[in-house]
Amino acid sequence: MTVAKLGKPLFIDPAETPATVTDKIAGVVFGKTYRWWFLALGISFTLFSSFGLALSYLLFQGTGIWGINMPVAWGWAIINFVWWIGIGHAGTLISAVLLLLNQQWRTSINRFAEAMTLFAVACAGMFPLLHTGRPWLAYWMLPYPNTMQLWPQFRSPLIWDVFAVSTYFTISLAFWYTGLVPDLASMRDKAKRLFAKRIYGFFALGWRGAADHWHNYEKAYLLLAGLSTPLVLSVHSVVSLDFSVAQVPGWHATIFPPYFVAGAIYAGFAMVLTLMIPLRRLFWMHAYITTRHLENMGKVMLVTGLIVTYGYFTEAFMAWYSGNVFERFMMWNRMDGHYGYMYWMLILCNVLVPQILWIKRCRTSAFWLFLAAQFVNVGMWLERWVIVITSLHRDFLVSSWGTYSATFWDVALFVGTIGLFLSLIFLFIRVLPALSLTELRALSPEGKTAGEHDPPSFAASRAAARETPR
Amino acid sequence: MNGNGGSLDPGERATMDQPSIEGEILSDRPRATEDRGHQRPAPRTTLRVVGEERVAAGAPVVWRSLDELADTPGFRERVVREFPRWAPAEWSPPESNPAESNPAESNNDAPDDAGRRDFLKLAGASISLAGLAACTRQPTELIVPYVEQPPELVPGKPLYYATAMTIGGYATGLLAESHMGRPTKLTGNPRHPASLGGTSALHQAATLGLYDPDRSSSISRRGRILPWEAFVAEMAPVLQAFEALGGDGLRILSGTVASPSFEAMMAEVRQRFPRAVWVQYEPINEDVPRRAARRAGLGDASVRYDLARAQVVVALESDFLASGPGHLRYARDFSRRKRVRDASVEPTRFYAFECAPSPTGTLADHRAPVSPSELEVVAQALLDGLGGGAPRQDLPDWLGAMVSTVVDDLRAQAGQAVVIAGDQAPEEVHVLALRLNQALGAIGSTVLVGRPQIAAPAGQEAAFAELVREMAAGQVDALFVLGANPVYEAPGDLDFAGALAKVDLSVHLGLYLDETGDLCDWHLPQAHFLESWGDARSFDGTLTVIQPLILPLYQGKTDLQLLSALAGRERSDHEIVRAVWERGMLQGVNGDSESAWRRVLHDGFWSPPDASSSLYDGGAVAEPAPPAIELLATPPAPGDAAPAAAGAGAGAGAGASELELALRPDPSLYDGRFANNAWLQELPKPITKLTWDQAALVSPRTAERLGVNNTQVVRLSVGRRSLEAPVWINPGQADGVIVLPLGYGRGRAGKVGNGIGSNALALRSSGDGWNLRAKVAVTSRTYPLSSTQQHFDIEIQAEQAAARHLVQHGTWERFRTEPDFAKRHAEHVPVAPLIPDWPYEGYAWGLSIDLSVCTGCNACIVSCQAENNIPVVGKEQVGRGREMHWLRIDRYYEGELDRPSIHHQPVMCQHCELAPCEVVCPVGATVHGDEGLNEMVYNRCVGTRYCSNNCPYKVRRFNFLRFNDARTPVLEMLRNPDVTVRSRGVMEKCTYCVQRINWARIEAKRENRRIRDGEVKTACQEACPTEAIVFGDVNDPQSEVTRWKALPLDYVLLPEVATKPRTTYLAKVTHPHPSLALAGPAGHGSAGSAHEAQIGQVETR
Repeated sequence: MTVAKLGKPLFIDPAETPATVTDKIAGVVFGKTYRWWFLALGISFTLFSSFGLALSYLLFQGTGIWGINMPVAWGWAIINFVWWIGIGHAGTLISAVLLLLNQQWRTSINRFAEAMTLFAVACAGMFPLLHTGRPWLAYWMLPYPNTMQLWPQFRSPLIWDVFAVSTYFTISLAFWYTGLVPDLASMRDKAKRLFAKRIYGFFALGWRGAADHWHNYEKAYLLLAGLSTPLVLSVHSVVSLDFSVAQVPGWHATIFPPYFVAGAIYAGFAMVLTLMIPLRRLFWMHAYITTRHLENMGKVMLVTGLIVTYGYFTEAFMAWYSGNVFERFMMWNRMDGHYGYMYWMLILCNVLVPQILWIKRCRTSAFWLFLAAQFVNVGMWLERWVIVITSLHRDFLVSSWGTYSATFWDVALFVGTIGLFLSLIFLFIRVLPALSLTELRALSPEGKTAGEHDPPSFAASRAAARETPR
Repeated sequence: MNGNGGSLDPGERATMDQPSIEGEILSDRPRATEDRGHQRPAPRTTLRVVGEERVAAGAPVVWRSLDELADTPGFRERVVREFPRWAPAEWSPPESNPAESNPAESNNDAPDDAGRRDFLKLAGASISLAGLAACTRQPTELIVPYVEQPPELVPGKPLYYATAMTIGGYATGLLAESHMGRPTKLTGNPRHPASLGGTSALHQAATLGLYDPDRSSSISRRGRILPWEAFVAEMAPVLQAFEALGGDGLRILSGTVASPSFEAMMAEVRQRFPRAVWVQYEPINEDVPRRAARRAGLGDASVRYDLARAQVVVALESDFLASGPGHLRYARDFSRRKRVRDASVEPTRFYAFECAPSPTGTLADHRAPVSPSELEVVAQALLDGLGGGAPRQDLPDWLGAMVSTVVDDLRAQAGQAVVIAGDQAPEEVHVLALRLNQALGAIGSTVLVGRPQIAAPAGQEAAFAELVREMAAGQVDALFVLGANPVYEAPGDLDFAGALAKVDLSVHLGLYLDETGDLCDWHLPQAHFLESWGDARSFDGTLTVIQPLILPLYQGKTDLQLLSALAGRERSDHEIVRAVWERGMLQGVNGDSESAWRRVLHDGFWSPPDASSSLYDGGAVAEPAPPAIELLATPPAPGDAAPAAAGAGAGAGAGASELELALRPDPSLYDGRFANNAWLQELPKPITKLTWDQAALVSPRTAERLGVNNTQVVRLSVGRRSLEAPVWINPGQADGVIVLPLGYGRGRAGKVGNGIGSNALALRSSGDGWNLRAKVAVTSRTYPLSSTQQHFDIEIQAEQAAARHLVQHGTWERFRTEPDFAKRHAEHVPVAPLIPDWPYEGYAWGLSIDLSVCTGCNACIVSCQAENNIPVVGKEQVGRGREMHWLRIDRYYEGELDRPSIHHQPVMCQHCELAPCEVVCPVGATVHGDEGLNEMVYNRCVGTRYCSNNCPYKVRRFNFLRFNDARTPVLEMLRNPDVTVRSRGVMEKCTYCVQRINWARIEAKRENRRIRDGEVKTACQEACPTEAIVFGDVNDPQSEVTRWKALPLDYVLLPEVATKPRTTYLAKVTHPHPSLALAGPAGHGSAGSAHEAQIGQVETR
């Protein structure tokens, strides 16, 4: 009936009850381990091992093993950093912003997206550390008391980065964990083996589902959501300042903060889709991750993609309009220079291909969405490549122009972080509920209070969940 | 002295070489024992085997000591030296030691048989003896510091000594900076007339040559290491035999020599061996100009120029500002007249005709790329023109126009004009140049003709060819090679190595165990000039003394020492030089010769007290005095010496694949002797900016015609000899010419220089000159070349460089009407600071560079490298863009691709007032000092490289890997102790030589005064032969740098980025001839003629 009344698909199969939700989702953890999971984790871990190799060699030899050089002093490490940070944006956006905006459809994807955020930020965080010439001294970027009375240089965007990224990681972790607490209690209760009970029990912090627990939980969750929301804007804005504070043509642009944030959301949603579409299929989660979820994510991608496109246009327009010889040359060189093909590949991936999302059939098709997401993943990486490399390799003094090409070790480190990311994702889906039990239970028709057919408010859904017997 | 490298003592090295000792013993024994085919003993049982052999040979079985057992004096001596524990006979008497009676066990653990007291006695004695031994390495010869005799050596405080370096025989006076006995840095001797303070890159790199770990470190005979005494002992009977023969069959081969002491020693040698022959040969010699001088009727004469008097200079294939014996002096004189300070003094006008752009040619107001064969036509046309002849019709229009303009200009400035023919120009051109100079009345004013300074000015190549012929014919019994490397250096038609095999005894004295040393019977390590006493004349005859700064690191011998040994009376090089000067130059001195000698050591050269103020006239008063200038007997008739190759024309003739081939000394490696110097290998060539490799340079049009691209390998064949080299396209080169640098293809240069490129000398035949014709075959292979200024998109580069106003330049005409033309571009740049400027109350350091006189000769780069402990990174890393030079010289082309103007712009840290690097460093590792320096705190740097990204001038250098060689002990001695050696992962950059500022500050504070203007000179400034760089306090209104910066020509690089740099540039002012400035294709046009740039489309990479 609700289906008919709302006129569009629900965010959860109406047949689901709180009990089936718990069983199904916890079943992924407690059920038999699929053979593909071992295979997937094995592959991911193998990729991760290339990280160990690349890292060891890096520490042994120095950053000279990479393709960086004198005009192009930043390379893949910074590109990857920005890429991963961007991916890490979807989690917070979905969890916090959509929560505050009361978008129910976030419930089935938020947990997963948050985990993805944490893992992506972890991958991202390693790059700025490792890209320094002497990584063992990176703690000098922290304001710690020392006998020399030396402080970080607070005018440097890299210091802002340190704070922005570490804050983002901390808040995201707290937010994610807070949301997990009731679910961990459910897992504790569901677990059969003592060991698992103990572990889940430890992390469930003694959750009993008491009314004051729910009360505190909700307050904390809301507060954290409120705290995280500005971070969505701040982190990538600060990352973009790494570039726009510098006066390198191609970096020095005021549009960077909003344009980077949009790009980050764009990339984050693409990565969520990249992971979610296969997992939904593998664990038969169609009941919770419905076509409507996919479609909504597709819409977000389309919108952010258009913002990004506008950013590209503005960059080009301003370069021309400024009349500045350096800016004009930079833009012209970006499009038609030594690495022009990278720019046009970027336009293809980030601007042209995602336009298929205007078509509803593509937006609602897992296949087309997945395809578009892949292009965006690549495109966003290319975007960072274009910004970092093409700006640096042809800057002010003609005599100092250079070229850049990545080496095996650049690739190995990047592939290694992808391995780390995937390994963590696969471990995550096997040890924690990948979808939020609490919130999905509240979303199920039975979980709702009687007579509530319209989308319930957040508080109401919480109340419903509270009353639902486990 | 800590600096004598005791750990590398050859004696000690020999200790480890046990098999060779064994070989020694066996070879010393009668041949009969060897023939018995006994089993080769293991090295450690040598002594036992000797005993057994002795027994087997029927020697007395009863013996009392090891001495008796192995009773050869040489063996005894060696055993004691090599294995002290095997020499226990005295304190472990055999009769009290039953084990000794059994030879089979006698050598094992002899010290164990000794008593405790014996051991203690011996230990005590050894220690005291060791102390005595150390005393023997103290310097016993007096050398005198340059400025003032120090009351004592203050640790950490450098001393300066005057010395000299010879290249091609000629001396350049230098001052060497010595830190606690280690020479670390060379600068030009400001009072020496051949330097006046300037140096070249080759001089600057000499300290690395001294500490080169690949230098030969031991005397060896066919690979076996032996002491000097062994050499002397072996030579003694040989020399006696030669003495009996009057020296028949004895040959001595050296490089070019202009040293009185060498000549005196050679005279002694000849006294003993009257029929011995001394041959001088260096590949880069003066045969061609000498022959030309003879043909012109000057006899044995050498020509030098007084550019201080020249208003018009015409260079014919001459790089007189950057190579050749007098170039430092020429550069100084020329640049003083070339630079522009105010509109009232007209600068020199300079025309250059050359086949490939040289550093000198880039300063030309009109530069014409002409092939060597065309050059003869041009020179003839000039002469014809001066003689009033009609202009030649066979020259291209643009060249003909230029020639007639040059003629007009020369005629207008006769008496103040000079025509300079370069050493590599064809002989015909030299003759014509002499005639031109005579026609101009230049001889005696701008052109000085004097007696040659070198010892044997007759044709070197002919003498050398004769030597090789004699050697091949078996007429040479003994050959002594002093400091030369003829196996590598010989022209290709002479098989020196083959001839050497026919010489019974060959001895090589050289810095390296090089190609020649490898083939000679004996090799003796030569002392570096910083380890030697010596003397030499400079290009103008100034007698210059070479003082050692350090005892020979590897117990090398000087050529003087070897000659004295040959003469039969071994003396130290100090004794020799002192005696020669005592007998010669110091003879007529009033007062005691000792104080005169000390003055010579102090000054570095002989300046007689009564010499007139002009160094040209007074410098060469001592022997051999230059003869009175001999004018040409008859004025030249026009067309008298018709060029042989006239009409060869534009080089496009002949077969498509046959081109002119010009062999030229490499700007970094010279003739190959510096091939193992990594500083020079990595030094970007002045024009092409190539490092580490040889390339066949071709013009863009010729490349197009041949169908070759950059890095494509071509095979060049001259006759039956050929070599392969990668192509590099060189805008501004004459069409139809391939320019190939010498100095490559070394087989035994050392770890750095081995196996790079091919030996271009092998293409020449003896007496060929430097301009050949070669067949060119294009291969499909490529060979990677590393250039520090990437060569692609040449059109875009030129266009952008102009659009960005990087090199501001204009004509003198423009300067007179609009002196501040260079500033016009910056007028529109708004700089409105939010924060008021920092007030600099004390010093405010600043630097200014005069682009009008920068030749791009690279001396500053190597000077900076030596001063600041800058590492080399190797070809592969240069290819990746990771060279570490703090100072680079940017080169820009402008105008047509065939005949571009070429500009040089040295760029180091600009020390911006509003430095973009400072704000982005997260840890504050780069900060602003209160004297305006942008300071780099290496210890604090974590290596984010953000500063470099944000530096618009890209002057920062990052230690991507561990570039500094911390593993080679001898290189530790090279480092400047006042400058940190940077570790991996750290950013570095130019500091304005802050260590020198601090030295001066300490001195000034002690004397309670301000630092004087000129007291602090940066390393680059100090080295610059043309005085293009000045450094000082911009707060001082009287300082030189303030005066430069106040000139209307002063401009800032990239004013748009509002960094307010402390380094500024003086715009380049050219002085084109009015008739060519408008129409001439080689003219510079107007300043910033960016938009008319017509650099053709050449995709070169």
